[in-house]
Amino acid sequence: MTVFYSLVLAFMTLIPQSQQQDQKARQGTYAITNARIETVSDGTIENGTIVIEGDRIIAVGINVAIPEGAQLIDGSGMHVYPGMIDSGTSLGLVEVGSVAETNDTNEVGEVTPHMDALTAVNPNAVAIPVTRVSGVTTVITEPGGGLLPGTAAAINLFGYTAEQMHAGDVRMLVLQFPRKGRFGNFRRFRGGGAARDPEAEYKKAIDKLNEIWDRATLYQKIAAAYAADPSGKTMPVYAPEMDAITPVLTGDRKLMVKVDGEKDILAAINWVQERKLTNVVFSGVSEGWRVADKLAEAGIACLVGPMLATPTRGSDRYDRAYANIGLMADAGVTVAIRSGETENVRNLAFNAGFAAAYGMGKEAALKAVTLGPAQIFGIDADYGSIEVGKKANLFLSDGDPFETSTNILALFIDGFNVPIESRHLDLYQEFLNRDEGRLQPVEVLPADH
Amino acid sequence: MNRFTLICAALVFLLAGSVSAQDVLFRNATVLTITDGDLENTDVLVSGGIITEIGSNIRAPRGITEVDATGKYLMPGIIDAHSHIALSSVNEGSSPVTAEVSMEDVVNPYHLGIYRALAGGVTTSHTMHGSANVIGGQNETIKHRFGTKDPDVVRFEGAPRTIKFALGENPTRVHGNRGSGGTGAIVPATRMGVEQVLRGSFENGKRYMEAWDAYTAEAVTNPRAVPPAYNNRLEVMADILRGDVLVHCHSYRADEILMLTRVLNDYGVRKITFQHANEAFKVAPELAAYGAYASVFADWWSYKFEVYYSTSYNAAILMRNGVVTSINSDSGELNRHLYHEAAKSQRYGGLTDAEALSMITINPAIQLGIQDRVGSIEIGKDGDLALFDGHPLSVYAIPAMTFVDGIKYFDRFEDADDMRLQISPTAEIGAFEGQITGRDHIHDETEVLDFFELFGEDILTTIDSQ
Repeated sequence: MTVFYSLVLAFMTLIPQSQQQDQKARQGTYAITNARIETVSDGTIENGTIVIEGDRIIAVGINVAIPEGAQLIDGSGMHVYPGMIDSGTSLGLVEVGSVAETNDTNEVGEVTPHMDALTAVNPNAVAIPVTRVSGVTTVITEPGGGLLPGTAAAINLFGYTAEQMHAGDVRMLVLQFPRKGRFGNFRRFRGGGAARDPEAEYKKAIDKLNEIWDRATLYQKIAAAYAADPSGKTMPVYAPEMDAITPVLTGDRKLMVKVDGEKDILAAINWVQERKLTNVVFSGVSEGWRVADKLAEAGIACLVGPMLATPTRGSDRYDRAYANIGLMADAGVTVAIRSGETENVRNLAFNAGFAAAYGMGKEAALKAVTLGPAQIFGIDADYGSIEVGKKANLFLSDGDPFETSTNILALFIDGFNVPIESRHLDLYQEFLNRDEGRLQPVEVLPADH
Repeated sequence: MNRFTLICAALVFLLAGSVSAQDVLFRNATVLTITDGDLENTDVLVSGGIITEIGSNIRAPRGITEVDATGKYLMPGIIDAHSHIALSSVNEGSSPVTAEVSMEDVVNPYHLGIYRALAGGVTTSHTMHGSANVIGGQNETIKHRFGTKDPDVVRFEGAPRTIKFALGENPTRVHGNRGSGGTGAIVPATRMGVEQVLRGSFENGKRYMEAWDAYTAEAVTNPRAVPPAYNNRLEVMADILRGDVLVHCHSYRADEILMLTRVLNDYGVRKITFQHANEAFKVAPELAAYGAYASVFADWWSYKFEVYYSTSYNAAILMRNGVVTSINSDSGELNRHLYHEAAKSQRYGGLTDAEALSMITINPAIQLGIQDRVGSIEIGKDGDLALFDGHPLSVYAIPAMTFVDGIKYFDRFEDADDMRLQISPTAEIGAFEGQITGRDHIHDETEVLDFFELFGEDILTTIDSQ
């Protein structure tokens, strides 16, 4: 018996038998008692109690009345954290990276802002349970490729339909800001091919962006005028890509600008200011530390990462990618952490750990994977901390979740007590002692439980 | 101080009959010996590049450099059993069998990846041929003696020769399933074909070896004996059969892992390390019985179909079934935090600190045949050491200094930001060059055939294999 399964077993004895047998996630009334609660919004509560009812946290504190009939979970020696939020992934859109038929991130065409990530999220992607058992309960999942690849969405990592998973109605229009310089992205060199003119390519991309934005602005005026009073006017032609940009122009939808290089960040700041866009967030921002004061001055929040990456330049200090977000936060930039991952979004906590170690500090790093992104996405009334009235998105662990030695022992998403199960764990159980047959933790529980 | 100055200083000291630049004394460290437990408040003396004393209150030779390691952790230099750093090309993808080529010829000592690995406590890398061919080229084991311009200086002198094999999707895609415009399909297109390519090479190698052995015996008495035709490819196959070249095989699925084990068994080859081996956990008892080794990722999966049914508990299952297992990087990003990759085996399978650390030290040393020189802190072993602020299995650990042969090659607080050895006069100053992330799987070497830095510009040239 491994340490982990001993822990999970010990923990499962606390959960009613009906649920042990079918291992289905259920909502109900739960009371987690005697736990060390990391609220994020209001410090740490030792020996605290959390009461969950339906999808919400209804009580948090030390002297909390436990409702009659509540299912008790003894959190002694346990830590409770808000579910972690990853501010940039492709989770649910890709099943097997190299198999094109299972990859739904990238539609044909440079300008496809009407492509909706939520449409292609597979609620049953094998990577989703693999991710959530690490304590990540919510992610931004993004389409990619081209100039305007589509609309990203926030999803909770439990549900059978896109509607059940969609978190806080968050959608963001993704803009891949044109990259300056020859080596903006090494993937561009794929295929060898003829020599390129990077300056001309850059100008072409910027011109294209401006042309599209001008058209979208004009379209919005025409469409708005028509909507206000159609009499005597011709109905605008069907232009779904223009319709998709409209809410960004009116400020109703956030624009997520993907940008990394120093010059590109400066160009992007100028561009959003010229276009008078205020509901904007930058994503990636791997050279943010070089222009952190400019980003702070512009008041643009940044979704930064991954930290687990090499420096952007050969001349840079070896640990720049680890330290980037801490330097940005020090300069006053509002930040959140993104892993940039698909099947390994579970490494979000470790990205945060490296950020913490290389200058950001643990508290700020924890906020950057919980309340920080919730505030940036405008869903902090429901997500990001352990507070009364918020969604019950949280997990129990036997320690600091950034540490690899820590085990995540229980998980709530939308108030559902989601079992700690994934294909990776299934294979472990089956093959650890292969020739003794599959271990069945549930069966070894005492019969009277 | 740059390395040249250090070496000059060493020579001056040597001539004066005093301590050398390869002498260093660590004071009051927590020493993670790997093979003999953890020692608190312990000194370690390196003399002439070799560990000569481990104990408390070691008497300092006059003039020796002392490192105050109070509150710090000293561990053996980390060993990466699968890497592609410090190479100017990776894949001779022109034939399913290219045993004759060697990474020995393309070692690039200027590669900044060497320094970045040092900054993660890594002192030795097994820098390998790619996985396009069933039998690829020979690999090179290097020590991270960063600062030299001479490829010979970074070689791990005396390390056994090794060769890269590859099974599954990469060789079948490159050779059997070539795209349009290629030279047409050749065997193998299937895992069946991979087996036959291997069997053909081993059988021809065996016959070649026997023909030369017969000739050598005959030549003793018969000066007119005619030698067999020389064949540089079969020479290497014969050396594998003789046990002079260790096999390191890129592999994923359990069935293909067993297939190679059967082929090797038929030809009497015992030393085999399965690289990547994402499904090795399914046949762990068979691997343990054969004495096969596994060198795996901590958590990579699902980037291609043959790794879809994998688990991050692979390393733990293998270790607990008695397979000598290492955690490798196969990446110029992951190799900078192999201590963290090894630590993941604690979340994924609850390995002990000693088990987790063995997977980046003594176990890869065993797999490379260099365990008598490196991989643990023992008297008589090389002074290849990494000093950490914090326990190296903590996510908050920071490598502070790294030593090879007793010489300090990395110091977190003394090194300049820009450690490039070669800078192009035409490079644009301040250009954004791009980043390798955990998602840029350099393991898929047929996709990223060449990955090199030219004139310090970090140009990442990718050439499709087809």
